Amino acid sequence: MSQTKKEMLVDPLVDNNPITLQVLGICSALAVTSSLQVSMVMALAVIFVTSFSSFFISCLRNQIPGSIRIIVQMVIIASLVILVDQILKAYAFEISKTLSVFVGLIITNCIVMGRAEAFAMKNPPVASFIDGMGNGMGYGLILLLVGFIRELFGAGSLFGITILETVNNGGWYVPNGMLLLPPSAFFIIGLIIWAFRTWKPNQVEEREYKIQQVEAH
Amino acid sequence: MEGLISLAVKAIFVENLALSFFLGMCTFIAVSKKISTALGLGISVMVVQAITVPANNLLLNYLLKPGALAWAGFPDVDLTFLGLISYIGVIAAMVQILEMVLDKYFPPLYNALGIFLPLITVNCAILGGSLFMVERDYNFVEATTYGLSSGFGWALAITAMAGVREKLKYSDIPDGLQGLGITFITAGLMAMAFMSFSGVKL
Repeated sequence: MSQTKKEMLVDPLVDNNPITLQVLGICSALAVTSSLQVSMVMALAVIFVTSFSSFFISCLRNQIPGSIRIIVQMVIIASLVILVDQILKAYAFEISKTLSVFVGLIITNCIVMGRAEAFAMKNPPVASFIDGMGNGMGYGLILLLVGFIRELFGAGSLFGITILETVNNGGWYVPNGMLLLPPSAFFIIGLIIWAFRTWKPNQVEEREYKIQQVEAH
Repeated sequence: MEGLISLAVKAIFVENLALSFFLGMCTFIAVSKKISTALGLGISVMVVQAITVPANNLLLNYLLKPGALAWAGFPDVDLTFLGLISYIGVIAAMVQILEMVLDKYFPPLYNALGIFLPLITVNCAILGGSLFMVERDYNFVEATTYGLSSGFGWALAITAMAGVREKLKYSDIPDGLQGLGITFITAGLMAMAFMSFSGVKL
């Protein structure tokens, strides 16, 4: 194994982030980020599911026949998601209402399947567990970043606690209502990708068409 | 009837699965480089959606709901906690069956869709459609309408996106935004455009 365990955990955070580089798991990243608390719960749920599904799939990797592996992976992932869903319904009912269908959609979150297929099927359980956790954290990082920006500037609060007193409550801050609406998540993730790629220029994609420089005569 | 039409319009425009709920985003971003492939994928999503949502509706009403097993003599059984696993099972099975039927009877369409068909199983728009159907308590007719029209909305969105991206590749974009970054921002602008439908009251 070429990577150390620490590298496996840290690498997906920025250098190989599942959302900004591998284009995985964007579906739920956008819809649940309008407040920080919800993003946090969602991030934890995904970290839990990716790390444990990678662990269990890796334990079973020598027993799973190749032809039905997708179904077996689905069953393991779906069982873990049901577990998360039931726990949330029991102990955090309000949040599970806001998350509505998005907890269920962790099943089809490409990160979980992607890690199971690309890593857990070939590597031992502990390494897969760490890899799953790292990728879940990479996802969670973006989720929290977007949630932070959207809640702070859209509603003037963090975790529901007022930080910037809004005009409606007699304060000075005019909230940017646009940030609470879904499209803003696209812009914020687009800008985060821009920032990441300016920081790490090796992530920049190749152009399909180059604009030719015409030399002045 | 009027209710159904307004449900359909709402599912296509106001509550577009791709642009206002961000479902099926992974494929939406990854497969929207060319109009022809985007259209093929859009149509297959629509077909699968139109089959799986009503199928899951039947499953919910006759197997899973509290009291749904009364016909089998178990009026007190509540199996709703098995929902997620059964819906994904139905979706995977339906995609598999559709693949076999298309392969046998419509080979040209099968070849055109190619690898997209199996990928649809893990497309969140499909599972999302079924979960919204459960959450909103649609009956069978409503579920069929919802499945068909939400699939159509998704197809519309991905085709429009592919159209924009075909033109966009000739433009001079800053290095860091190249590719994924600008695609996200374009999708954001399209989502804003779709939001203007939300004023439509039916």
